[in-house]
Amino acid sequence: MNDTAIKIDKLSKSFKLPHEKHDSIKSIFLNGFNIKRKYEKQEVLDDISLEIKKGDFFGIVGRNGSGKSTLLKIMSEIYTADSGSVEVNGNLVPFIELGVGFNKDLTGRENVFLNGALLGFNRKEMAGMYDEIVDFAELKQFMDQKLKNYSSGMKVRLAFSIAIRAQSDILVLDEVLAVGDAGFQNKCLEYFDTIKRQKDTVVLVTHDMATVEKYCNKAILIEDGKIIEAGDPQKVANEYTAIHRREYLKKEAEHDKTQDTKTQRKTGASIKLHDSSQQEKNRFKPGDQAVLEVSWTNPTVKNVGVALLKRTGEYVYGTNTIADEFDISSKSLLYKIKLDISQGDYIFKVGFFGEKAEDKIDFVDKGPYLYIETDEDQDWGGITKLESEWG
Amino acid sequence: MKQHLSKQNRALLSELVRTDFKLRYQGSVLGYIWSLLRPLLLFTILYLVFVKFLRLGSGVPNFPIYLLLGIVLWMFFNDITNQGLKSIVGRVDLIRKVRIPRWLIVVSSSVSALINLTLNLLVVLIFLLLSGVDLLLTGFWLPVVVLEVFLLGIGLSLILATAYVKYRDISYIWEIILQAGFYITPILYPLSLIPEGFFQKTVMLNPLAQAIQDARYALVTHQTDTISSVYGNPMMRLVPILICLVLLGVGILYFKKQAKHFAEDI
Repeated sequence: MNDTAIKIDKLSKSFKLPHEKHDSIKSIFLNGFNIKRKYEKQEVLDDISLEIKKGDFFGIVGRNGSGKSTLLKIMSEIYTADSGSVEVNGNLVPFIELGVGFNKDLTGRENVFLNGALLGFNRKEMAGMYDEIVDFAELKQFMDQKLKNYSSGMKVRLAFSIAIRAQSDILVLDEVLAVGDAGFQNKCLEYFDTIKRQKDTVVLVTHDMATVEKYCNKAILIEDGKIIEAGDPQKVANEYTAIHRREYLKKEAEHDKTQDTKTQRKTGASIKLHDSSQQEKNRFKPGDQAVLEVSWTNPTVKNVGVALLKRTGEYVYGTNTIADEFDISSKSLLYKIKLDISQGDYIFKVGFFGEKAEDKIDFVDKGPYLYIETDEDQDWGGITKLESEWG
Repeated sequence: MKQHLSKQNRALLSELVRTDFKLRYQGSVLGYIWSLLRPLLLFTILYLVFVKFLRLGSGVPNFPIYLLLGIVLWMFFNDITNQGLKSIVGRVDLIRKVRIPRWLIVVSSSVSALINLTLNLLVVLIFLLLSGVDLLLTGFWLPVVVLEVFLLGIGLSLILATAYVKYRDISYIWEIILQAGFYITPILYPLSLIPEGFFQKTVMLNPLAQAIQDARYALVTHQTDTISSVYGNPMMRLVPILICLVLLGVGILYFKKQAKHFAEDI
């Protein structure tokens, strides 16, 4: 019994990017005799080998332009590889995008059947699923309207409802989570729960490490067309975050060169993040203590505020020295915070103020960055741990 | 497995054709009537100018129907190749996002032209009945002629659609070829106006000329010159048919070779 769903062996792919696009016959006449056309060869994937077993929930992560979507398209036989082999066992349905082939001049109903046909279902099969699709999308009264009168949210809901009915041996998903509002994203996650329970084979390309860690049982990290980490999703997610952090710090450093002169002139601020044993650090586990070491030179600073935010922007917690009645005349402080927060990326912001909150002297918008690892011992759920007791 | 796939393909083909048909006259008041009006209007103009004013085809019995049948078949060929040419480039969304056999996209555009032709042939039939022409038993050969034009159209569409992905000039070139084709094919004039011998023989090697003349022979009058009467050899009919099959073969091979790169090349 063959339990391999997809096997890729030594796959390479490059795109030829012509300097001048030979779009017309005129340009062939003009340049054709010069047989060596100027191509820029761009290696997109280089010597990729991987094996996905049946029942795997396989994550592919990587930064923009790393080649992960190209890999997905090759698996789905939309692109062809230059060399190497791709072997697919079973019926594979790719979702590179939701609602492919949707036509704005057709009604919702007609689009359901068209989209279904593109996914490989005939009219009879689609008719069987139709009511379920419409119910799930909550669009019953809109089905006979043309798609151009739908809001973008309605379109996504309809497309997604069709997509999750697609029963196939292998499902290939490309960043479906990147679209839609919070409600929709929750539906997506519920759907992942279902397919994970059903032991379907799924290949998922995503930027969201929380999804990878929660759903995938295997993952790979692609960087510049090469697999640089493979196997345990946890490790892959950590490595991905590490790359991001390095990149982030590099950019920060460049940014600081230009920005800091201004900041220093105003406040002479220095902000460092370390753990309780004075080690500079930005990886923590939930419940760890972090120490923010802040110092400045500007004597007009009368109040220092610290805020912790998720990288995605949600404000988690903040306080300031006046509120906490802390004396800052020494122009330096240590801010200790217990990180009762869940896995994810966070950032500190530090503000320097005069007597009143309006007297903003300086605001370090991109303060230290921190990453909270997944902790298997974590016995609570949600973004943060709140004081609570049963009674 | 194989059968399952072909079932899927059939479902997809019918869905694509359906969509194509629904969208074709989207937003127009007359809708599908246009697919009948188009050849009829062209017929009216050509009839006025060439038959009434210039007195072409005065020796041919039932020349108006003769003309209409020619126009309808020519437009069929015209539609298949024009729609086929743009089919791949026009469906970038599908090519780049889903995994469907690419040839389905080309074929679906020709199938909708075929449906159009069926409607138009019904009009021809009505004209035939109205003008009191004796219906000929040979009319049953018409589907064979249509099949020939259909295969020729698909073959050329495959070639054109593939080339068009890389060279957008193809659409202009093809437009000119179609214009020229309309005049060197005996559509608005009877074949007898072409000098006998070399010219007639050469013109009749064009599969469309052969097909249109055969259709007229089968449906309108047995006085029509066909390729077998021009050459005095019925076997000569195999030459244009062979041309169709060769073009179809070339089209399939060329398309098959390039289809895997469509997603990148478009």
